[in-house]
Amino acid sequence: MAIKKFMYLNRRSSFGTVYAIESLEVVLVAAAFDQDVSLAFIDDGVYQIIEGQNTNGIGMKNFSKTFHALGDYEINKLYVSAESLEERGLSADDLMPLVYEDEDDNWVEKSSVKVVSNAEISKIMSKQDVCFSF
Amino acid sequence: MKISIQINEGPYQHQASDTAYQFAKAAIKKGHEIFRVFFYHDGVNNASRFTIPPQDDRNIVNQWAELGIKNANSEPELVVCIAAALRRGMLDESEASKNGIDGNNIHPAFRISGLGQLIEAGIQSDRLVVFGD
Repeated sequence: MAIKKFMYLNRRSSFGTVYAIESLEVVLVAAAFDQDVSLAFIDDGVYQIIEGQNTNGIGMKNFSKTFHALGDYEINKLYVSAESLEERGLSADDLMPLVYEDEDDNWVEKSSVKVVSNAEISKIMSKQDVCFSF
Repeated sequence: MKISIQINEGPYQHQASDTAYQFAKAAIKKGHEIFRVFFYHDGVNNASRFTIPPQDDRNIVNQWAELGIKNANSEPELVVCIAAALRRGMLDESEASKNGIDGNNIHPAFRISGLGQLIEAGIQSDRLVVFGD
């Protein structure tokens, strides 16, 4: 089966609507298909990977820890919009330290998260075969 | 061209399913193939056979059913995500009996399956078109 480039565009925050968690469910299933997978976090989507999420008090499942598993599924291209962070008074330091082990580089632990400009994300998007938008 | 469609919003509340239906109908008319329509998020509610709109309104569920999107084995290719469906009370006969529930509401022109079917649609199709917010 041909390998295609799949991008998951996450545009909404973790809670408030179901899109974020149901997007992550698709990503985890997609991992089994050996495709080239990347994720982009734009607009309120940047809140999905903020460090220190706590759902005590709202009765919702805190699924943010699941993002740490992505590296083990070779999903290690997480692009975060620099503009979206800045608009919300956030920076790269506020994000979860999501990492993967690089099998081509002696299993060195590397960061999966790249903060890039919207122009850069748009360039990456244009190279995809399939873009899911959540 | 081989096209798949993803629908992320429920019927009547949102126009996504209507627009997707018009798109699918036009694509088929132009000679394109609709490989699969995948219903996700609240989009799973488009598969309820209990849907009864007022008489002067369109029946979104029946419209999809009448398009008759099937594969070579005559199985429906209107596919409802199982996890999204079950948590929203959308069940077919088999899921109802498995979960000890005394009814089912998935229209027979649709079938329940896993998210892998969405990924497969993305792999197999020339285009995957997403309808939703």
